[in-house]
Amino acid sequence: MTNSGPKEPQKFFDEMLEPDGTVRMAYAQYGEWLDAVSKDTLIRKDEQADMMFRRLGITFTVYGDAESTERMIPFDIIPRIIDPNEWDYLARGTIQRVEALNAFLDDVYHDQAILKAGRIPPELVLNNDAYRPEMLDLDLPRRIYGHIAGVDVVRTGPREFYVLEDNVRTPSGVSYMLENRQTMMRLFPELFATNHVAPIGRYPTELRNNLKSVAPVGVDDPTIVLLTPGRFNSAYFEHAFLATEMGVRLVEGQDLFVDEGLVFMRTTSGPRRVDVIYRRIDDDFIDPLAFRSDSMLGVPGLLSVVRRGRVTLANAIGTGVADDKAMYVYVPEMIRFYLGEEPILQNVPTYSLRNPDDFKYVLENLENLVVKETHGSGGYGMLVGPKSTKKEREEYAQRLKAEPEAFIAQPTLSLSTCPTWVDEGVAPRHVDLRPFVLSGRRTTVMPGGLTRVALKEGSLVVNSSQGGGTKDTWVLER
Amino acid sequence: MNPGPTTMLSRTADNLYWLGRYVERAENSARLLDGTHHLNLLPLTSDEQSELWHKLFQSQNEVDAFLEKHNQFSDRAVIEYLTLERDNPSSILSCINSARDNTRAARAELTTEISQCMNQTWIDIRGVSMQQIDDRGIQDFLDFIKERAHLFKGVIYGTMRRGEPFLFWELGTALERAENTSRLIMTRADAFHRVHRRDDGFDFYRWGTFLRSANAYSAYRQIYGDIDPVSVAEMLILNTNIPRSLLACIEDTTDILKTLRREAPCAEMSERLAAEVRAIRLDQVLRSGLDNFLNDFRKQVHALSDQIRIDFMMVR
Repeated sequence: MTNSGPKEPQKFFDEMLEPDGTVRMAYAQYGEWLDAVSKDTLIRKDEQADMMFRRLGITFTVYGDAESTERMIPFDIIPRIIDPNEWDYLARGTIQRVEALNAFLDDVYHDQAILKAGRIPPELVLNNDAYRPEMLDLDLPRRIYGHIAGVDVVRTGPREFYVLEDNVRTPSGVSYMLENRQTMMRLFPELFATNHVAPIGRYPTELRNNLKSVAPVGVDDPTIVLLTPGRFNSAYFEHAFLATEMGVRLVEGQDLFVDEGLVFMRTTSGPRRVDVIYRRIDDDFIDPLAFRSDSMLGVPGLLSVVRRGRVTLANAIGTGVADDKAMYVYVPEMIRFYLGEEPILQNVPTYSLRNPDDFKYVLENLENLVVKETHGSGGYGMLVGPKSTKKEREEYAQRLKAEPEAFIAQPTLSLSTCPTWVDEGVAPRHVDLRPFVLSGRRTTVMPGGLTRVALKEGSLVVNSSQGGGTKDTWVLER
Repeated sequence: MNPGPTTMLSRTADNLYWLGRYVERAENSARLLDGTHHLNLLPLTSDEQSELWHKLFQSQNEVDAFLEKHNQFSDRAVIEYLTLERDNPSSILSCINSARDNTRAARAELTTEISQCMNQTWIDIRGVSMQQIDDRGIQDFLDFIKERAHLFKGVIYGTMRRGEPFLFWELGTALERAENTSRLIMTRADAFHRVHRRDDGFDFYRWGTFLRSANAYSAYRQIYGDIDPVSVAEMLILNTNIPRSLLACIEDTTDILKTLRREAPCAEMSERLAAEVRAIRLDQVLRSGLDNFLNDFRKQVHALSDQIRIDFMMVR
């Protein structure tokens, strides 16, 4: 155990309603409106929203499904509303976390002070698959590695927020944050007149300014591009959306090439130098000469240009070592070590099975815990204790015994609920939140984020691949 | 901030060029099909009908591909093959799919309105079945395609920034038009030097339908009045006030290429082709056979497309 655990509430915390049914402050205006609006209006607005998203072509790709390769993530017309005090706390907490993660990355690719101080076991970092020795002793502009980060937060009580995971590789979802707001403003203009919702539209501009601020030394007017795996990638819509909003070129690997130690793009008037690449391709695929040689998506020789400091990648290569599940438990330690502060946001209590005490506890309490593979993602290879059978637990226990260091375990969290528009009408559904943190001249977070909602009754899984949807997220201004 | 307005990705230029081509191709297929459909309303022998449908195919390869699926040129089979057949890369559905694909690929250079318009068309055409075409008649479907093509072009003209991306889209449109018009003339190439009989109602109807396929019927009546094949040929080949005439298309192409880069070899090539077309003696061309002229024209258009790729697309 690294933290004190969440209290077990009798009932789920609801974002809108107090336990006695009164409406919370943040929802006061909205609640009145929701009471007064007719069901028919909501049905109509829901259909309108669906049509708007389809026409925009906001779809994500489902791999290996020939007939309907494009699906939409369901959008919920009821917003998640956050009051200014709660937001202040969340904003400080997420910024603190990302600053610590950037300091950690700069450290592990330079002096490794945190390892020398014995605060993190060196082998966990240095033997990690996501650790890239190619990045050692390279001084990045402003010492930033994770220019764009998504911090997944869940809530279990009035002041109880937990960070579920940090995403500092190529976090996605920000286009949904922005489009959800656009859609809400078109559907319910009257609500924005009565509720003072903090605007988020400047995200693309802020991101572009940040990217400009980390251009290679000596480049005053950098050419910035967004590198996408292409239009068959599940997040392509987001890539195109951000490129348009930022006013930068959307490029694929085949559009770029390395020549005489620089990166160029192929244009109608010949080669043109590229200085900053906001890349949405994973490390493994970014340079077939350095990493996976079978990658058709990347740019051969790109790493060599990065090493010479003649191009900046955002996020940097090798950030994965900071958001690995095994490293997660040490983030509070990073905050203390680099910033000299106490963590504002809590980690979910996590048991590392490499630790004998934790190992014993986990095996004895499997039916109450969620067990995850350290390197897994997207919910694969996970055991959800309360929903598992005895046989499944016994089989899983065998895997734990065989390779304890490959697993972590966490208690099942009682995610907060938020009123949601479903077939039966308005009903509570569980939600999480991904605020987006940007680092450049300074570290900032957009007031809002992506709220994901588990549309199935009782479900705690918010992933879009498992029936999750999204909501607009309102941060009220003071 | 860089990059300046005069630079764009070669791949994106290619996407916009093909976007122009595919939308234009879908519209022209609809037009051509419309014309044939109308001619079929005449009292014809089944051999004559079969021949009409046959002419809608561009090449022997296409005919062979069709015959692999169907054993004869029945109107329903041909209509299905040219409208909704997924396995036919030139069907209207395939053109819209490709156009949408290119819209997505060039998404960052296009306005939201353009992308929405394409998506809506793509969503709608996916909802059309052959059963529906049977029930409502082919005319309904062809009108829908033509309307959407006009709407799409209107949205581009109305919302898109003038600059390289716009020019590459226009370029694809102009070249596709040139090819389509030459193809259309080819479907009646043998009729141009037949003796024209003014009192023949059939013939009048045929030429009328033919002109409508080029969207040039009312213009023809205003300019030339009575229908006669030599005037029809002159209008579709040489009249630069008719946007689909061969000369108009090549002059447009030349203008676009010169705006893109005055000294590009393809611009010079296009200018030369326009001069050649302008200089033809129509009576000679008609005497020696329109097909020869058209085949030569299409060869030159292909060579021009290749040169455009070399000049702008950083062909590897």
